[in-house]
Amino acid sequence: MHTACLEMTSKFISIPLKSSEITPHSLYLSRREFLKAAGLVTGSALLAACAPQATATAFPVKKDEFGEPANSFEDITHYNNFYEFSENKEAVNKLSKDFKSHPWTVEVYGLVNKPKTYAIEDLLKKFQQEERIYRLRCVEAWSMVIPWMGFPLASLLKEVEPTSDAKFVRFETLMDTKQFPREGSHLYPWPYQEGLRLDEAMHDLTILATGLYGQSLPTPNGAPIRLVVPWKYGFKSIKSIVKIELVDKQPGTFWKRINRKEYGFYSNVNPNQPHLRWTQVSERRIGEFSPRPTLMFNGYAEQVALLYEGMDLDVNY
Amino acid sequence: MKKIFTRYTPLQIAMHIYAWSALVILIFNFFTDNLSANPIQALEQRTGRHAITLLVLSLACTPLNTLFKWSELLKRRRALGLYAFMYATIHVMIFVNLDYGLAWSLIIQTIFEKPYIVVGATGFLMLIPLAITSFDIWKKRLGKTWKRLHQTIYLIAPLLILHYAWGKKGDFFQLRGEIIRPLIYGLIVIIFLIFRIPPVRKALASLRDRVLFLFRKRNLQPETDSH
Repeated sequence: MHTACLEMTSKFISIPLKSSEITPHSLYLSRREFLKAAGLVTGSALLAACAPQATATAFPVKKDEFGEPANSFEDITHYNNFYEFSENKEAVNKLSKDFKSHPWTVEVYGLVNKPKTYAIEDLLKKFQQEERIYRLRCVEAWSMVIPWMGFPLASLLKEVEPTSDAKFVRFETLMDTKQFPREGSHLYPWPYQEGLRLDEAMHDLTILATGLYGQSLPTPNGAPIRLVVPWKYGFKSIKSIVKIELVDKQPGTFWKRINRKEYGFYSNVNPNQPHLRWTQVSERRIGEFSPRPTLMFNGYAEQVALLYEGMDLDVNY
Repeated sequence: MKKIFTRYTPLQIAMHIYAWSALVILIFNFFTDNLSANPIQALEQRTGRHAITLLVLSLACTPLNTLFKWSELLKRRRALGLYAFMYATIHVMIFVNLDYGLAWSLIIQTIFEKPYIVVGATGFLMLIPLAITSFDIWKKRLGKTWKRLHQTIYLIAPLLILHYAWGKKGDFFQLRGEIIRPLIYGLIVIIFLIFRIPPVRKALASLRDRVLFLFRKRNLQPETDSH
């Protein structure tokens, strides 16, 4: 029943909602109430089916597999690295209010048999949206637990059928100075680009996120669609994607172009690989006072360590 | 109120208000949970920025006096320098106490792992003797040594600005990333330091006098016409 509710919300993902209209603690209900008040929901049977459960359990706190509670919607949407808007994490939310994430298309092309440009609605319809509660570890030594909605990147890649020459996946953010004012700055190599090795991209943990706390992805978090690779530092998880290209060579990435010594292609969360600026041995979970130790591969070692077997992680950082 | 204005100059009042209100605002924001989702980092960054700003202001006094004959500035140097030291101290305390929770082995490991912290810590340690000897008794007691000791600020300031620049994301030499603010502070300090080189200072002073002379002459002429 719970998943039925989630699916329902995701169907209404294109309805423009301001995040300010939703209180962080009662996300599901408030969204539903808002929709009801606005007269937008007609599937009242399904709604009625969801409601009793929602009220009975009084919104159980979402937790990751370690039992760590998710950060609040407020924190997740008001502390964002999104340099297309600002270098100031706290300024992003306000500056991104007018961003238009609709209409939106994602072009999947390159070394594939069936290149295709998908409208965001098609991606939401075609691929089952599921909730994934992941830890996000920023290279700046802070972290959060975030309940994403999305689907495995592998599902999309299988659709377009990568050829045998495809070895890497290259991602690109929208380039539009009207929407992203800071893309006019010459201090950065716009547009934002990221890359994964094909096996990393095909890994089940790697998702394209389209939502957060059961509602459509807020702009500060990369609306309408962004990558989430939970065992890598946050900057690998590129936001507001418009292009996904299958390539045969390791693609250049945004931060590596700025400072190749500090931001490697792999950028796996690794407490043993010191960074010039921030401690990587420990991290501060947003909302907590004391630092906590950083885990190898951000706590996903069991699932992903195999990908890097036999690789020297000090060289391939 | 009148007394305040007769006893203190507007510049003095502005300086003290800036230095203390910044601290009050920080403390207020900390306790009302208005320092972003990561308040400890925000405290660290903002106290550091105030320290650098006050340091740059204290260094600006002498060259601005050279340029504009504004001698009151020379009397403000000490207070500005001490305020800079106050913020630097709070900045270091936050780093050691709040950010690293007095975990000394981790602090020491971090310091030596990250050149920007080595540079910052060196600059801070070098500030301590300057702050201690900033009072008149020490000035008298140390005589010529005092001046030489306090001239080390010309070394400390670039170190601290390097610390600031290095702590930001980007690459200075490629002119990429978050470099604007540290670059501006760095350029200001470099220009001020150039102003202090004796021949440059003399040239600037004579230029200033010539400009002042021309200015007065031009102002005088219409007056003589009207008579």
